[in-house]
Amino acid sequence: MKHAKAALDTPLLAIRDLRVSFPAPDGPVEVVHGVDLDVARREKVALVGESGSGKSVTARSVLRLDADARLSGRIELDGTDLLTLPPRRMRQVRGARVGLVFQDPLAALNPVMTIGWQIIQPLVIRGVSKRVARRRGVDLLSRLGVRDAERRFDDYPHEFSGGMRQRVVIAIAVIAEPELLIADEPTTALDVRVQAQVLALLRELADERGMSVLLITHDLGIVAGFADRVVVMRHGEAVETGPVDDIYARPRHPYTRALLAAVPRIGDDPARPLAVVDASGAPADGARRREDGR
Amino acid sequence: MTRSPHDPNGSAAPLLVVEKLVKSFGGRRVVDEVSFDLAPGEVLGLVGESGSGKSTTARCVARLVRPDSGRVLLAGRDVPGAGRRELRDLRRDMQMVFQDPYSSLNPRMTVEALVGEPLLVHGLERDRRRRRDRVVELLETVGMSAAHLDRHPRSFSGGQRQRIAIARAIAVGPRLLICDEPVSSLDVSVQAQVLNLFRDLRERLGLSILFIAHDLAVVHYLCDRVAVMEHGALVEIGTRSEIFGSPRHPYTRALLDAVPIPDPVAERARARGNRAAP
Repeated sequence: MKHAKAALDTPLLAIRDLRVSFPAPDGPVEVVHGVDLDVARREKVALVGESGSGKSVTARSVLRLDADARLSGRIELDGTDLLTLPPRRMRQVRGARVGLVFQDPLAALNPVMTIGWQIIQPLVIRGVSKRVARRRGVDLLSRLGVRDAERRFDDYPHEFSGGMRQRVVIAIAVIAEPELLIADEPTTALDVRVQAQVLALLRELADERGMSVLLITHDLGIVAGFADRVVVMRHGEAVETGPVDDIYARPRHPYTRALLAAVPRIGDDPARPLAVVDASGAPADGARRREDGR
Repeated sequence: MTRSPHDPNGSAAPLLVVEKLVKSFGGRRVVDEVSFDLAPGEVLGLVGESGSGKSTTARCVARLVRPDSGRVLLAGRDVPGAGRRELRDLRRDMQMVFQDPYSSLNPRMTVEALVGEPLLVHGLERDRRRRRDRVVELLETVGMSAAHLDRHPRSFSGGQRQRIAIARAIAVGPRLLICDEPVSSLDVSVQAQVLNLFRDLRERLGLSILFIAHDLAVVHYLCDRVAVMEHGALVEIGTRSEIFGSPRHPYTRALLDAVPIPDPVAERARARGNRAAP
């Protein structure tokens, strides 16, 4: 292993007291207020929250993707603080050690280059020969369930459906075998059946490669089947962290409880009104109904 | 809990009848002989994946697009063949709520103007002060208040904007609300509020709702009956318990199987192929 020196019990990713602010006309506005977050090796962590919770900003900070964001605290990848890394070394982290998948596969792909060209770039820019890169790219695409991958390698993004494009984006993110994959709402734009397939693939791929995953999502449904651990964010703070079973069966924070009670479920009696999260984030009447259930 | 005025035995004459509706774009049939009806006070969910034709069906019913053929009758009145004046009368009886409350509200208008506009257009309340009173009542019906009258859409969250859009839709006292993915861009906590609002409105106003959605759990919560569309065709229609309890069409079963369950234990059981009963 490339980074065998680190002890196995130190997390692969350790975020400590992360604060993120953006410039505004009346001075900088802080949107993430001191978040701590760990992702262990081979662990799948879901970062869950509603819009404005700061979940995406937190995840994007790991790769320092927002040029105008001011970051403080520590973000350590295998012991190296990413926040103090010079730009040239930061570029080596992106793609090679940390892969990234965004929500919108169409916006993430270059429409005038073939999908094959885009998939092999992370290898080619690191000096892998085109022939080897192509073979690995075709294998990976085929592993991701794209039929006839060899022939389709030279197609353009518009010739792929939404679900197939998201597989291409995943291929680009993982081809250089990163240790950590950050997936920001990777299935939000997809239909339910395609969503299920893409999530299953991501899970399998992570397990096969021993890759850690940080999944950013608003959807408590997909988290249950995907994550080992869950971090719930609200208003720029991590309000609760725990193993996935505990979060769903015994949520401690009132906001987590309210959020879970607000999700409609096919197994529930539809005559019972959904619980509503009040302004303070505490569950309003009815939200406590899940505590006695399981 | 009091249920809707809808009689599940179906003795009431349908409010909406859709028969063999067809619509093509560029030679492709996106709606292919779709038929269903909707009773007074009933909520019908129209589900399917993108490209299934569910939104186009809704837009044909609302006459935002003209169908190529087929019949749409609202309280016995012909919708596709309606002339200008008839269409205006029809629009008093059916209103639409769209997915994106950011683009469906004119950003230059105040809440008072937005919600009051249908009252003015349909000549229901010409007096400015009385119209304002009616707008306040409508805002209170959707959980907002007179304090919001002079503000513009930009100062509201997505959920509040959707409430304004709903207040605007119910202003003329329609009998049918056609909602195209009205909660799919909302956060889960806001979604719960808006879904509860739809239920409340349906009970208080006896509204019929044609509810287009891709989220089956949302449809389960709100709808009495469900119609499933695939590739432009309606493949299955039934009551909530029929569709969710014993779906007949393989496509319906495939859709239901793919719905993620917000419960890690149930999800793991499913991932193992449901070998053991939970």
